[in-house]
Amino acid sequence: MIDLEPLNNLYSGIIAENKIRALFPILHQEVNGKPLVYFDNAATTQKPIQVIEALKNYYEVDNSNIHRGAHTLASRATDYFEQTRNLVKEFINAPSSEEVIFTKGTTESINLVASTFGRKFIKQGDEIIISTLEHHSNIVPWQMLCEEKGAILKIIPIHDNGELDLEAYKNLLSDKTKLVAVVHASNALGTINPVKEMIEQAHEFGAKFLLDGAQSTAHLDVNVQDLNCDFLAFSAHKVYGPTGVGILYGKRELLESMPPYQGGGEMIKEVTFAKTTYNDIPYKFEAGTPNIGDVIAFGEAIRFINQLGKPAIREHENQLLEHASERCAKIKGFIPIGTAREKVSVLSFSINNIHPFDVGLMLDASGIAVRTGHHCTQPLMERFKIEGTVRASFAVYNTTEEVDRLVESLTKISKRKN
Amino acid sequence: MAGINSIQEEIISEFEILGDDKESTIYYIMELGDQLPEFPEEEKKEDNIIKGCQSKVWLTTTLDGGKVCFQADSNTDITKGLISLLIRVLSGKTTSEIINANLYFIEKIGMGNIIGSQRSNGLSAMIKQMKLFAIAYQAKINA
Repeated sequence: MIDLEPLNNLYSGIIAENKIRALFPILHQEVNGKPLVYFDNAATTQKPIQVIEALKNYYEVDNSNIHRGAHTLASRATDYFEQTRNLVKEFINAPSSEEVIFTKGTTESINLVASTFGRKFIKQGDEIIISTLEHHSNIVPWQMLCEEKGAILKIIPIHDNGELDLEAYKNLLSDKTKLVAVVHASNALGTINPVKEMIEQAHEFGAKFLLDGAQSTAHLDVNVQDLNCDFLAFSAHKVYGPTGVGILYGKRELLESMPPYQGGGEMIKEVTFAKTTYNDIPYKFEAGTPNIGDVIAFGEAIRFINQLGKPAIREHENQLLEHASERCAKIKGFIPIGTAREKVSVLSFSINNIHPFDVGLMLDASGIAVRTGHHCTQPLMERFKIEGTVRASFAVYNTTEEVDRLVESLTKISKRKN
Repeated sequence: MAGINSIQEEIISEFEILGDDKESTIYYIMELGDQLPEFPEEEKKEDNIIKGCQSKVWLTTTLDGGKVCFQADSNTDITKGLISLLIRVLSGKTTSEIINANLYFIEKIGMGNIIGSQRSNGLSAMIKQMKLFAIAYQAKINA
């Protein structure tokens, strides 16, 4: 593994923007004749040079299939791969690295739980609770499972500001509840849910809790032992890592009691035509050759975050969000969607009389990348009786100047119809 | 009234003035959409929606003295602007002029670059629908 110069002095109370931006090659380009402003971080973050170099280095120096190899390259690749598992373990404070399973993304992590835990433990008449804030990937797998098992899906409603109705949640919980699957931070609105308290309440009824951490792991301290969640799902690519790598954390006793997800190589102990015995966790859930290079590169993303520290990242992003919210509120026709008291750095909004797609297109023409549409949360959009929103989401490398450019462009856009 | 090709030439030269500046081009297309005559609310129904567009596009037609007139609207300004260009070129033309029209201006003004490939498919769907109306009217005239 190449040893890149450590990121010393990047954090001294405030994020040193220029030093951080220098680590992200993609940010230094023009789009439509203007310097790129990348505000689509909730969809995927950009990757620091360490991650890109690690991926390149893996294919140039270490590429080999992992586990069971007799040769040096295989053993090196295996070591680096397992190092990332250990880094993830520390990143989320899992009790052991065996409880960390590599998947291809949050979606697959959730589907894995639905197909294994769900297949074994959910019975007819059981109830699964999700919320109005969920991404389709934390709705559809449970709908499919409920349909198959004759189980019932219950939905936690939200208040107009985008916060969960926690009283309603308490009322939904019962002895029939077998699983609660809720997002930590909403991708569409940014709302941070009080999940620690929600997990405790679910446990009082003996229900298990799956936490969708896709939008929280890059911003908040996600400590699975402190939160006491039973499962945590998240994606590397939203945490400055490569695409194609997801994490599923699960408590040991649960993972051990669950049937395998897919059959194949790696997940077995012994195969005969009469019977196959399965490997121990985590390998039981990792059939086939995994995404080795990207997993190894993800290790560099975690090191990058660790060097900055989540509190510094959060403070910087909060400043950007506050600045953006304050300035945008003064734009004529600006309508914020989702005004929860606790939010990750997501600013979701619409401009009066202008379709979100048109806003996105006009912003793109001035070099600003945002996401528009329903953000894979159609039931949430239905709750607000809107087709979609414009979403600007901020990461550690974004700057106040970039937010000012967004405000300037939105002011011009709004003038067309307001 | 000017022929299809001379209108296309007009459009091409208008866009040439805008040059490569994407921002002014997009604002210009949207302003063209703003100028379309108001589309009746009651015509914004499922039957009038063009399939294959990401945005909602409603299209109605009338046949007047052998010439086809188009009226349209969309829920997005960019699409409304695009369809206003198609209306400018095709509306008020005979069925055979519309059926045989070669709409080269779209490529010439670099529309693919401006709106991206998904929107370009939507634009093709609009053109196809306009031509289908002309074919249907022609069949009616010949019957």
